[in-house]
This record gives sequence, C-alpha cells and structure tokens, in this order.
Amino acid sequence: MTQIFAYIPFKNGAAEDVALEYPTAAKKIDEGASLTAVVTGSGADLDTVANEMTSIYSEVIKIDHADLAYPNAEVVRKALVNVIPADAIFLTAHDTFGMDLAPGLSVKMESAYAADMVDFDGLDGTILKAVRQELGGAVSTHMAIDISSGVVMTVRPGSFGPVEGSSAGGSVVDKSGDAGDVSVKRKFLEIVEAEAGDVDITKSDVLVSIGRGIEDEDNIEIAQELADAMKAVVSCSRPIVDAKWLEKSRQVGTSGQTVKPKVYMAMGISGSFQHLGGVKGNPFIVAVNKNPKAPIFQVADVGIVEDILDFIPELTEAVNDL
Amino acid sequence: MEILVCVKRVPDTAENEFELNSAGNDLDRDDLVYSVNEWDNYAVEEAIQIVDKVGGSVTVITVGDDESEEVLRREMAMGANNGILLSDDAFEGSDGMGIAAILKAEIEKGSYDLIMSGAQADEGAGQVGGMLAAMLDYPYASLVNKIEVGDGNITVGREIEGGNQEMNEMDLPCVLSIQTGINEPRYVGIRGIRKVAKLDIPVKGTSDLGVDADSVGEAGAKTKRLDYFVPDMGDGAEMLEGSTDEIIEKLIEKLKANGGL
Repeated sequence: MTQIFAYIPFKNGAAEDVALEYPTAAKKIDEGASLTAVVTGSGADLDTVANEMTSIYSEVIKIDHADLAYPNAEVVRKALVNVIPADAIFLTAHDTFGMDLAPGLSVKMESAYAADMVDFDGLDGTILKAVRQELGGAVSTHMAIDISSGVVMTVRPGSFGPVEGSSAGGSVVDKSGDAGDVSVKRKFLEIVEAEAGDVDITKSDVLVSIGRGIEDEDNIEIAQELADAMKAVVSCSRPIVDAKWLEKSRQVGTSGQTVKPKVYMAMGISGSFQHLGGVKGNPFIVAVNKNPKAPIFQVADVGIVEDILDFIPELTEAVNDL
Repeated sequence: MEILVCVKRVPDTAENEFELNSAGNDLDRDDLVYSVNEWDNYAVEEAIQIVDKVGGSVTVITVGDDESEEVLRREMAMGANNGILLSDDAFEGSDGMGIAAILKAEIEKGSYDLIMSGAQADEGAGQVGGMLAAMLDYPYASLVNKIEVGDGNITVGREIEGGNQEMNEMDLPCVLSIQTGINEPRYVGIRGIRKVAKLDIPVKGTSDLGVDADSVGEAGAKTKRLDYFVPDMGDGAEMLEGSTDEIIEKLIEKLKANGGL
C-alpha cells in the first residue's frame, strides 16, 4: 500500500491551513493510500498540534526534541531521514520552510523530487502524474514522476480544497527516540520582525496595487493620484520593493503583507501565486495589464487589457469628474 | 573567499508572451527572448560585493548548451572573475537532481568557501541549491536576503512569511539560495560585455567531470515534463472591451457596485 506522510507546519500551537489540504492532495495521488501526519517541535505547542491532528489524520507521528523548538530545516531534515520510510511519498508545503527542507531531504532519502504541485492525476504503477506551473504561472505542465524509490514533494498552499476535519479518531505515535543525531552546521539565531511603514495597507478597504507595469519610479505618482481620487492606498508587488521604489511595508504577498480589502486594483501586476497568496477575503479584483495572457486575469473579477501608464491617468480623471 | 555562483539562461518572463507550439507539447521557442535568470543577478552582485570587502574571487558556472555562454559572459561583465560552462549532449533532459549532480562533480574539483544560486529560476522549483548542499554535505539556507561575512562562518537572513527575517549562523563552506531585493544588481552595458568577450570560458562534459552519462540527462531523470498547456481559465475575469472611455464608464459602475467608489 502506498504510504503518504505529510509534514504539518505550525506556529504558536496552531497548524497552518495546509494541514487540511494534504488529505485532498493524498486522495488525488492514490485513493487507497495511508496518510500519516508528521509533527516536529518541542514541548506543549507540539503536543497541542499533534492532538489536534488526530481529528484529521488516522496516524500522527510526533518528534519531540529540544533542537526542534524552532523549525530549523537542517535539523528537521536529519530527524525525518531517520523516521520516514525511504520509499515513502513525503509531502510538505511549498512555503519558505518547505523550500528550505525538501530539496535536500529528497537527496538524503534518495527519492525523486517534485516542487510546487498544484494538482495530481493519480498513480499508474510507480509513475505519478502531476501538474505544476512554470514561468511565473504563465504556463502549466503535466509531469510524470517515477516514485519507485519514493518521492519528496512540496504542494502549493491553497491548491487543494480543505477537508472537513472532525472525526478521524487518530492516535499519536511518539517517534522522538528514532530521530538520532540532529547536530547541524547551521544555527538559528532569531527572527527579525518586519518594520512598520508610514502607511498600514492592511487597514485600507481599497488598494491601488502596482507591479512591474509601472515601469519607472517616477510613474508611481500616477498610481498615487488614482489612489487619492478613490480614497485608497497604494500597495505593490515584489519587483517594486526590490527596486526600492516603495518600502517593504507596502508589499502584498506571502513574503509581504496579507491584505483583506473590499476592492483590489491590480495595476500592471502579472499575478504570481506568491503575490495572490497575500490577497485574502475574496475582494473584488480589477486587473489592468497590457499582456492579455497575464495569469492575474484568471483570478480577477474584471479584466482590462490596456497599458496602465495610459489607462490610470484617464481613470483618475474620470473618477475626479464624478 | 572563493565564491561560486550557479546561474541559468532562461526565457525572460518580462519580455515574452508565451505561446505553445503547433503540436501543443512545448513552448513556441522560435522568437523567445532569453536572459540570465533574474535571481542569479542578485547572487552574482552579492558575491562581487563580498569579494570587494574580504578578497577572493567569483566564479560563475552554468549547465547548458553553447548559447548559455552568453549569460556567463554577462555575469563576468558584472565583475565575476571566471566562468565555467558544463555542456554535453548527455546532460540534456536532466531534472533538478541531474543538474545538481553535474554541478557537484565540478565543485569537488575546486575549492569554494561559498556556493550561491538564485532562489528559483524559470521552472519555479527552487531545488538545485538545496540538493547540491545535501550532496556535498554542506549546510544550506534558502531565500537569503542578507549576508554578513564573519571569521570562518557567516550570518545570513532568510526571507520568511509576512516580511519577517530569520537569522542564522552557518559554518563554511555552505550553499545559499539568494532572494531578489538583497542588493541592487549593477547595470551591464554593451561596453562591459565587449571587455570580457575574449576571456576564455572552459567547457566541460561528462568525461572531464567523471559523471556517468546514464545517471544524468533524460536517462537519469525521475521527473519528466510531458507537455506544456495553458490552464483552463475557469470562470476567469469578465473582460471589459470597447474604447477606453467605454471601458472606464463600465469600470466605474462596477467599482460603485462593489464598494470601490
């Protein structure tokens, strides 16, 4: 029987949403597979999460070790190699921890590796068929993955629908004793919290959000003028912060702020999943982009194929004339 | 400090609209504009800045075909001292594990204190750096957006969720994948490229590296891409069409109805 193991990331004793999504992914891999949750950490938080997971998973493996109190991917990898069967299917989230852990884990487990899975299309013998995206979401691909010697995969959070977890009636298996030597050559020091900016974009009902399409720092002014007309705030996607045109606190995305506006104006933003991961609460999304194939049009409510540098000033004028 | 930066020639997502070929199994690559992977420029810039501070040299390396030489030259125009092209028909169709194995073979012939790559490239997997580190038994950190060089170790910041930064101390040698925004990569002009046009870039294949041809390339790949497709748009956006004035009129109605005005 196929054995699937799913790594549960958690913060402050609460599992991340992906914990409810793995069971859906696992069913799409192999309906008859066994699914085991894996939780690593230390102390009370770990026990809380492990017990919580028994309502969703029939088996929950916990690994408790003082060195795992913070999830240093190097430490977690060493522990997992000693606990997870070598030919297993191992799932973790495609987040900043999963990306740190998983590629090296596949080497140490001598498994195949596949990243950022957005869909599965079942097992054919030892070949797993899967779907992922390339080129910033512009194209998708079907993949064939040979899992005869196991596979480590990251799954994209939000891609698999959550299960209603309530009554799996699972049990916790303590494998702390199997973790072995977890000494590593990377030491976690501290978390440096993000600096607060001059404007709190999370408090605004309407965001005028700009991306690469703004082209030049001087053009940010036209976005600000539209925002002023709409009583909105200017936010942005990652390239604008990388170019140092706006401060980090204005960035929407998984590596920036999570926003829940009523209306989100995506101006010249292609719509990578990392960006969209920061847009929550199902806002009304308006996308303006000169590329008719921009992925943003798949998720927007209203799409307009225009160059924002021409379109924004005209829209501003029309709003001011209301 | 001897630094190796792994780079890749990729289709430029800012310059291309991607179309499928007539068979529908690959991109239409005839008119694609290629450039160096955006993340790699940040890695090379960071390497140059470290060497400017503490001394040493920067080598850029890639696995690719003849055309990949141009991205090595571009990074050398930025200031990298050496370039190495790993190229062999047997490398074609390699998956991430294959690419990492090819790089490892060359790395073991040198003596590098620090190995860097971009955090991800065109395939969006972000896999080669972590694999390489595990194969070499070096410590690894991904998504690095800050580096401070110490004596025999380095302190690195990793970009994690919510704009927070995870600080780590790492032993050397180590492997880091570099996130965009860590620095501002310098501009490279035509003159800069011309200056390095004649520099020798060694090309190495399976026999030079001692790599078993069956363990890399398509033969050794456990993951294979079957086709490319453009995902079903699903419900997708309601596209507003007409003259700009007409579009704006429709948009304003919708914004009013949804609390935007």
